[in-house]
Amino acid sequence: MKINVKINGKEKALEIAPDDYLSEVLRREGHLGVKKGCDTGSCGVCTIHVDDTAVLSCGMLAAKADGKTVTTIEGVQEKAERIRYELGKRGVDQCGYCAPGTIMSILYLEKVVKDPTEEEINRYMKGNYCRCSGYVGQLEAVKSYLEGQKHEVCE
Amino acid sequence: MITIRTYFFPETLEAAYEKLTERKNNAVIGGGAYLKLGSKAIGTAVDLSKLGLEYINEEETFFEIGAMTTFSKMMLNEGLNKHFTNLFQQSIEDIVGMQLKNMVTVGATIYSRYGFSDFLTALLVTDTKVKLFKAGWVSLEEFLEQGPAERDILEKIRIEKRKGFYNFQELRGSSSDYSIINLALAKEGEEYRVAVGARPTRAKLALNTMEFLQNQELTNENVKKAGDILSGELAFGTNVRGSKEYRQSMAKVLLKKALQEVSKDEN
Amino acid sequence: MKYVNDSIKKIDSEALLKGKGVYTDDLAPRDALWIKVVRSPHASAKISNIDDRLTRKVPGVEMVLTYKDLQRIPFTRAGQCYPELSPYDKFILDEYVRHVGDDVAIIVAENQKSAEMGAKRLKVSYEILDPVLDYRKAEGHATLVHPEEDNFIPVDFVGYDRKKNLACDIGFEVGEIKEALKESEVVIQKTYESQAQAQAMMETQRAYSYEDEYGRLVVVSSTQIPFHVRRTLARALDMPMSKIRVIKPRIGGGFGSKQSIHAEFYPALITKLTGKPSKIVYSRKDVFTGTTSRHKMQFDITLGATKEGKILGIEMNALSDTGAYGEHANTTVGAAGKKVLTLYNKVKACSFKGKAVYTNNLPGGALRGFGVTQGTFALESAVNELAEVLKIDPVKLREMNMINKGETTPIYNIITKGAGPEPIYMDSCELEACVEKGKELFGWENRKNQIEKEKSSLRKKGKARGTGMAIAQQGSGLPNIDMAGATIKLNDDGFFTLLVGATDIGTGSDTILSQIAAETLDVSTDKINIHASDTDVSPFDSGAYASSTTYTSGNAVIEACKKMNALIKEYGSKVLEEKIEDISFQRGNIQSTSGKEISLEEFSNKITYSMLHQQLTATGSFVPKKAAPPYMAGFAEVEVDLDTGKVEVLDFVGVVDCGTAINPVLAQVQTEGGIVQGLGMALFEEVKVSSTGKLKSNSFMEYKIPTRKDICRIQVKLIEGHDETGPYGAKSIGEVVINTVPPAIVEAIYQAVGVRIRTLPATPEKVWHGMDANKG
Repeated sequence: MKINVKINGKEKALEIAPDDYLSEVLRREGHLGVKKGCDTGSCGVCTIHVDDTAVLSCGMLAAKADGKTVTTIEGVQEKAERIRYELGKRGVDQCGYCAPGTIMSILYLEKVVKDPTEEEINRYMKGNYCRCSGYVGQLEAVKSYLEGQKHEVCE
Repeated sequence: MITIRTYFFPETLEAAYEKLTERKNNAVIGGGAYLKLGSKAIGTAVDLSKLGLEYINEEETFFEIGAMTTFSKMMLNEGLNKHFTNLFQQSIEDIVGMQLKNMVTVGATIYSRYGFSDFLTALLVTDTKVKLFKAGWVSLEEFLEQGPAERDILEKIRIEKRKGFYNFQELRGSSSDYSIINLALAKEGEEYRVAVGARPTRAKLALNTMEFLQNQELTNENVKKAGDILSGELAFGTNVRGSKEYRQSMAKVLLKKALQEVSKDEN
Repeated sequence: MKYVNDSIKKIDSEALLKGKGVYTDDLAPRDALWIKVVRSPHASAKISNIDDRLTRKVPGVEMVLTYKDLQRIPFTRAGQCYPELSPYDKFILDEYVRHVGDDVAIIVAENQKSAEMGAKRLKVSYEILDPVLDYRKAEGHATLVHPEEDNFIPVDFVGYDRKKNLACDIGFEVGEIKEALKESEVVIQKTYESQAQAQAMMETQRAYSYEDEYGRLVVVSSTQIPFHVRRTLARALDMPMSKIRVIKPRIGGGFGSKQSIHAEFYPALITKLTGKPSKIVYSRKDVFTGTTSRHKMQFDITLGATKEGKILGIEMNALSDTGAYGEHANTTVGAAGKKVLTLYNKVKACSFKGKAVYTNNLPGGALRGFGVTQGTFALESAVNELAEVLKIDPVKLREMNMINKGETTPIYNIITKGAGPEPIYMDSCELEACVEKGKELFGWENRKNQIEKEKSSLRKKGKARGTGMAIAQQGSGLPNIDMAGATIKLNDDGFFTLLVGATDIGTGSDTILSQIAAETLDVSTDKINIHASDTDVSPFDSGAYASSTTYTSGNAVIEACKKMNALIKEYGSKVLEEKIEDISFQRGNIQSTSGKEISLEEFSNKITYSMLHQQLTATGSFVPKKAAPPYMAGFAEVEVDLDTGKVEVLDFVGVVDCGTAINPVLAQVQTEGGIVQGLGMALFEEVKVSSTGKLKSNSFMEYKIPTRKDICRIQVKLIEGHDETGPYGAKSIGEVVINTVPPAIVEAIYQAVGVRIRTLPATPEKVWHGMDANKG
């Protein structure tokens, strides 16, 4: 079957199988920042945005993306520059496998929650596992990033 | 693994129903997040996402919620939270992560009658009816008990507005796990509704407990009695998350905690 | 120190955070054949028939392999130096299946869907056998897990006895333990059990393979041990090692899961047979059912002490469930004694016995801490119980008995390969400082008083709080066993290529080794290009395990760079036409005492293009000569719900002695990650098996790791230390960081509600049962 989908700003007409999952299709299309970790909707490493909402690409049938706007880590490189800086300087990128999903969740959090508390940050990002870092530095990075964004807006 | 031969986006519910019932191995696709866990060979996947079933409409005496409404929309809906004293927020916010909550739908959750569900337990203490395309309106309680009489499509639900206090309690072994047990409570006037889920079987109302609590002062003794009735009237079982004995005791504890919230609210 | 002891960003950080395609599956050829392994649904069975007719009809399926198609060669999957201390008890495919998830058949297809459909359609008939599931009953059980007679172990000192289901039977003793216990005024005897824990790295095992232009087999794998993979593949596939090349790209986490060889066999085999590129990507279910987890272990511990609190004797008897295969069985159970009993060097006597038994459970394997975590849980729990009996503060009891700087124990002479009778002193041990600093950061005394004060008001809220602590050590590489090599090459234009076989699995070791090279060569880190690891190019390195990379590989890098410095001086003297003893090489400049000077850039261009025509390369090798253990003290405060038994860790303070940290931020993150992994182990992580050996926790829906919402306030402090034998004073840190967490937490639970959790994890139900029993 055919789907029409806008991926990272580009309109694409893709030939897919009805039982293809979106993560596979995106990887096939070269978006290798879309990782896979669990098959059960638990780990969050496959997180992307569909119509500006964070979803699990390995749990979403590709057919469902028809007519939608899909954003992967490749589509937010510029936007995520400061997030990379905050994570990188704290060394909490570690193995990096969960990083694209985590960054997509940070951007989603930023969009939907104004001035999130620590509790809210953790709740919104709970669906992103990280086995390496222990989350401590990641929380600091998110807080610092959001704090910085505030100033950016004020300026 | 699941396989799907063809994919179909119906434009009307009639067309969806017709396609669904055309062949035995055709299936409705809701959010699709849990589909992968099964091992189905689906003929035609009937996807309801282009039917405009994603809405929460607040009317004067009820809320109407489309089957494709996601958990996160339920959790964040101000009208619902205001009216049901954050019942849906409480019962949804601790479920896995936001990404999953952006995919899981109200309709698929109800239709699948998952035993582990926190949301169904919460919904059960409200006055909710389920609208099935073919069978029409049926009470949630009845639907959870019996399921659909024949293959059907869940179109929407209606939650009646009642003035009351609502509370949800759950016990988890870790933050992203399913509940070991959960409980929801509603107090509307002097009437109580109590539902317990993840027993580990699906949520059920505790009718005797509800009756006992009616007009009862919430003394320590009465709370304890209510707990005893509760653990006696519902069936509890053992699975990997907890033993029958533990669940039985924890049902009492969750009831106590919920009743404490009632007292707090009344003070 | 200019470039070490500095928290520079990981050099691969940008690529990882941008989501670049740098991991195994990102790099695999698009046309690679897809492999799926069919796994056993039974814990113990003999395959009676495999009917593949339906599988072969699935469009896209190219090949079905069963044990009948393969040469029968026993090997071990353990990633260890040769000769491995693990039995050769595994075949790629065998007639017998020994655990739920054991390999039955290999399906090869054009794509994933066809491979999976082919696997689904394979009809396998089994003759179901009685499984051995209880590891306490495995030794001498009527059923043998390995009835086959062609398996063996390449060493003879580990007590391997297939006919008794024994993968190993080892031990050591210092002094007369019976005497010491007899002399003791207080003796406690307890049994502890720690669970099977899953490594749960985010990237599952995966590998792809292709034939290169010279007809050699190239295997690209997500592994911690490329050199052991090459050696073991050569054996299992009956190929010359020279025909195999193993490459490791970026790795999405290891924690020991990739210290065994799993996924690599299949693509290597398929490419060998077909000449076509092939790949396998383990599903999360494959990982849970088809790989390894932390060995479940039981410990019987007897502690004897004087009334004043001097510990006189420790007897430790360990039983380890190695499951269906014996990979890492001997080394993990051995470590549970060797790197645990050394904490208490003032005893008159101690003894350790360790057995690992075969069962039809999932195989045990390597996981951060590698037996030491299990042993520390047991011994530190027992020491906490002793403190209770003696009515001595647990910190004070440690201070009285633990090993201090400059001290030793004869255990080191027993456990260090090749050690003589000379005492081996722990000159860099900062355990005392760790305990002291931890006490201060945690507010050990104050916090206890505060909890006491708030006890009744907390109780009204249905809560109780408690505190607990524990100490631990690990190793830095394996003395006289695990070696590392490093090669440094000077390029024209004055920059270096550092070739290492060390395996960065996300810890940042590429960055750390670059810092070490920069420091030794006195050039900035941007002048160092690291390349790791490719068995064709990289010097040998045993791999990323046993907390060895910073220490062992780091020392090899220093060796190589020192030689490079000497070469630069030697050729510098020729270029500058001065005596070699008058030449110095500093800050990227070659200078003579007479004032002549040439930049490294100019020098390298000169010796490459216009004179001397020399390529400068130097190689260093290193094997640890003695133990250089990192130490840690951990302190926990928990709050327990008195109604449900649910434990919330409020605070954890971890103070670590890793010598001089090469990159303090990365060391801190290692510690934080280890603490959280330990928290999961303490409270809820558990590989759960049914009464018939079926795995109940075969997905992340059933096997839970900590999320952001499960963690507490975590404070980490690195003690300033220095180990003479370490690279710039560093010791390794990868594993020690998990060890104190479970015993500190269970002690805090006891202090809160009087419930001793001696079997991990401390689930709400167990704590609740304990409280209930206390009421009775």
